[in-house]
Amino acid sequence: MTMRRDPLIPVVAVVTDIRRDTPDVKTFRVVGLDGKKPFTTIPGQCAFLSMPGIGEALFSVTSSPTQEDYLEFSIKKCGCVTSWLHAIEVGQQITVRGPYGNGFPVDTDFVGKDLLFVAGGIGLAPLRSVINYVRHYRDRYGKVDIVYGARTKDDLVDYEEIKNEWCKEDGINVHLTIDIQQEGWDGNVGFVPNYVKELGFDTNKTVVMCGPPIMIKFTLAGLEELGFKRDQVYTTFELKMKCALGKCGRCNIGDKYVCKDGPVFRLDQMAQLPDEY
Amino acid sequence: MQEVMKKALELLQNGTVSRILGWKTGDFFYDLTPAVFESAEEVEKDFVFSPFCGANLSKYLIKESRKEGKIAVFLKPCDSYSFVQLLKEHRIIRDNVYVVGVACDGMCDIEKMKELGVKGVTAVREDGENLVCETLYGEKTVARKDALLERCVSCKSKKVVMFDEMLGENGEENPESHRFDKVAELEAMTPDERFAFWQNELSRCIRCNACRNVCPACSCEKCVFDNANSGIANKAAVTSFEEQNFHIIRAFHVASRCTDCGECSRVCPQHIPLHLLNRKFIKDINELYGEYQAGADMDTKPPLMNFTKDDCEPSIVHERGGDK
Amino acid sequence: MKKLSLSKLNELFSALSQKGELYIPADEKNGQAKFTLWQEGLSMTENLNTVRSAKDLFFPQVEQMVDFKVSGKEIEIVENRHTAEDFIIFGVRACDAKSFEILDRVFLSEPVDTFYKERRDHATVVTLACDKPEETCFCTAFGIDASNPAGDVSAWKVGEELYLRANTEKGEKLLSSLNLEDADESAVEETKAEIKKTLEKLPFGKLNLNGFDGEHLMEKFNRPEWAELSEACLGCGTCTFVCPTCQCYDVKDFDTGSGVQRYRCWDSCMYSDFTMMAHGTNRPTQKERFRQRFMHKLVYFPSNNDGIYGCVGCGRCLQKCPIHMNIVKVAKTLGEGEK
Repeated sequence: MTMRRDPLIPVVAVVTDIRRDTPDVKTFRVVGLDGKKPFTTIPGQCAFLSMPGIGEALFSVTSSPTQEDYLEFSIKKCGCVTSWLHAIEVGQQITVRGPYGNGFPVDTDFVGKDLLFVAGGIGLAPLRSVINYVRHYRDRYGKVDIVYGARTKDDLVDYEEIKNEWCKEDGINVHLTIDIQQEGWDGNVGFVPNYVKELGFDTNKTVVMCGPPIMIKFTLAGLEELGFKRDQVYTTFELKMKCALGKCGRCNIGDKYVCKDGPVFRLDQMAQLPDEY
Repeated sequence: MQEVMKKALELLQNGTVSRILGWKTGDFFYDLTPAVFESAEEVEKDFVFSPFCGANLSKYLIKESRKEGKIAVFLKPCDSYSFVQLLKEHRIIRDNVYVVGVACDGMCDIEKMKELGVKGVTAVREDGENLVCETLYGEKTVARKDALLERCVSCKSKKVVMFDEMLGENGEENPESHRFDKVAELEAMTPDERFAFWQNELSRCIRCNACRNVCPACSCEKCVFDNANSGIANKAAVTSFEEQNFHIIRAFHVASRCTDCGECSRVCPQHIPLHLLNRKFIKDINELYGEYQAGADMDTKPPLMNFTKDDCEPSIVHERGGDK
Repeated sequence: MKKLSLSKLNELFSALSQKGELYIPADEKNGQAKFTLWQEGLSMTENLNTVRSAKDLFFPQVEQMVDFKVSGKEIEIVENRHTAEDFIIFGVRACDAKSFEILDRVFLSEPVDTFYKERRDHATVVTLACDKPEETCFCTAFGIDASNPAGDVSAWKVGEELYLRANTEKGEKLLSSLNLEDADESAVEETKAEIKKTLEKLPFGKLNLNGFDGEHLMEKFNRPEWAELSEACLGCGTCTFVCPTCQCYDVKDFDTGSGVQRYRCWDSCMYSDFTMMAHGTNRPTQKERFRQRFMHKLVYFPSNNDGIYGCVGCGRCLQKCPIHMNIVKVAKTLGEGEK
């Protein structure tokens, strides 16, 4: 009897392009050894990348499923695996397994809705796949607003795409902000939660949020002040994971496993869970 | 025994301290848990001092002495050595601790009693030199001396080396402890026999880290084995060699700071006689640098952290022969 | 039902070992028991249970998953996993037998863990009724009957005889392939009744677990007593590693110099690095880690698994915790029963 391949065993893929987005974020393009996209995804899903001997780590897939040729991952340099990734060159092979998690309800709950994306720093990475998916199927959704902030202009991930594509598209309003005033910046200065409140959105929107926990906390408070309900707000979580199969136990919060029950949660669902994220 | 609880109450009531570090009663008399008591009611309800107070409380003071207010701690003779050693390493804030020394004639080990065939122990009471056990299968009596923790069988000292107050009469060091007998036995083995001995013992290790986490000498903020960048942070062995490394590196690291409190062997779920590794170092240090007892006083420097011109040369290893 | 004289136990082991690797609980040099590969001369322990549970045989502490060869920018995956062959575990207690069901719910749910499944498929489990439960046993609190253990085959020691009953097809196959005397089921009734009498007396046998369920998740989580319960916890992994139902694992790489071995190993939610990420941990103190372990067993697991607790009452953690803090003390403190 031959066992089928264990889900913990990855496949080999190759990095075909590396783009520097910010001083500490690079975007890696990954294709299988057969030259094809290793697997298809739903926006918001994750995958494990690894270099044998360095380790395996989970990243959200940044590219939209509508991109048929490759997967992209925008990765901030902060730990072992990410530091290694930041040092590699095009042509480097890595291993990949996935996709994992539920992803955002782009084909159900989001359809027909006005969407408000709120992101901070590298938190744009998982939202970029949703935004580009929504742009691809533009007529399925209502108005789109994007509030995106980072420490400085240089820390805005893939500013070129934002400036040259998102900002120029009809029906999409991009609101950028940076934490501290900087030369050559004529946009807003201030933290994301405050900016969201200042902009004061209609409460009929569905909110998709990702960023550091502190940003989520204060933005949520601001949205609630504006009259938004928690069941209108979606976010995605990042916790330590080793298997992403609901077995290794790390991402367990309450009776949920972030890897398989998440990483996308609606905030009213989170209220039923211990505050351990 | 009642005296200890009375003292705890008194220290709380007269305001000497705001908290007491002691032992909390369990379900079966033998299953005590270290605990902090903050009120007389808590002490009256749960505080206990019994022949099962093996747990050394001194390491908890690293954390507790940094909290607000003064804490009283009850230290047995062997615990007091760990306390002094931790003070020497600036790990405990002395001003925040009120030390009550308690005399000790050896602590007992439920696991040892079970090995003697006493099963299903639901309660224990002291009766002179005996422990009378109520069990699921009737009453059984064990001589207290047969139930002693391994470290108490070869007790090195009944002297509490530092205290603010002593309960009962302080004892003396015991030069006749025979605590190095087993080490000498191992030294007398051939290298192959000795390797086989340790391989058998260490192969049982499950890397639960209880020995490290309980050890008063292991007080690093971040252990090298938990540091992913150290290269030796593996949780479990790919080869048994890694397991052996863990214990030997640990023994090296605590050498000349280990007071021989014996907690490592007490907590090992696999009954690995880890204290023998530490005792080998202590014996070697005694032989090479002169008698030294870690934690015995505040002044002397640990031989491995102190350079003198009389220090033995590294070649001693060769001179003694590789088999020692 | 079959029977065999206990004096012929060695012959039984010899016959069983012809059918595949045979593991029995045997004493190690230090007098504690461990499931050990049987070979001529090895006899069964008199101890009630092993220090490490029988889960080791399905979910070993360290397991090789896959190898990688790395040269320059290239990676080659070398699948050289150990393939399980039929094996027999003899002398599993009722608690450990129940723990397999709990582990199955984790490892055999989709996506199936093929390493675990392969071992489960190849194993025949022979359980042994508990003649002398310890005071730390509380299997009865989880509806486990130690006088009538589950498994492919159940066995009882009665006087000088060993009685064996097949419960499954696998068990039937095993027993019918052995040269055993037929016996009547009634032969073990007295022994069962005797064991039941002792089980009745277990101090924690009727541990009250009312209120430990998904509905009370937040209430239990927010109880202030967690601080006191976890106060003395050393943060070691003893309870986790001796536990028959703990199954959290880590995945690690080991560079052999000529390749990389990727293995998984047991891990413990009690460890400070369990949820540590590059930017920090969501369970910064021992209180949160301690709470996670017990909440998982008593609330989260049953909430996801039809009310089945992640504990079988084997009592190993009660015996082995260096500070004698354990699931019973937690349940009594936070539960509705007697304190």
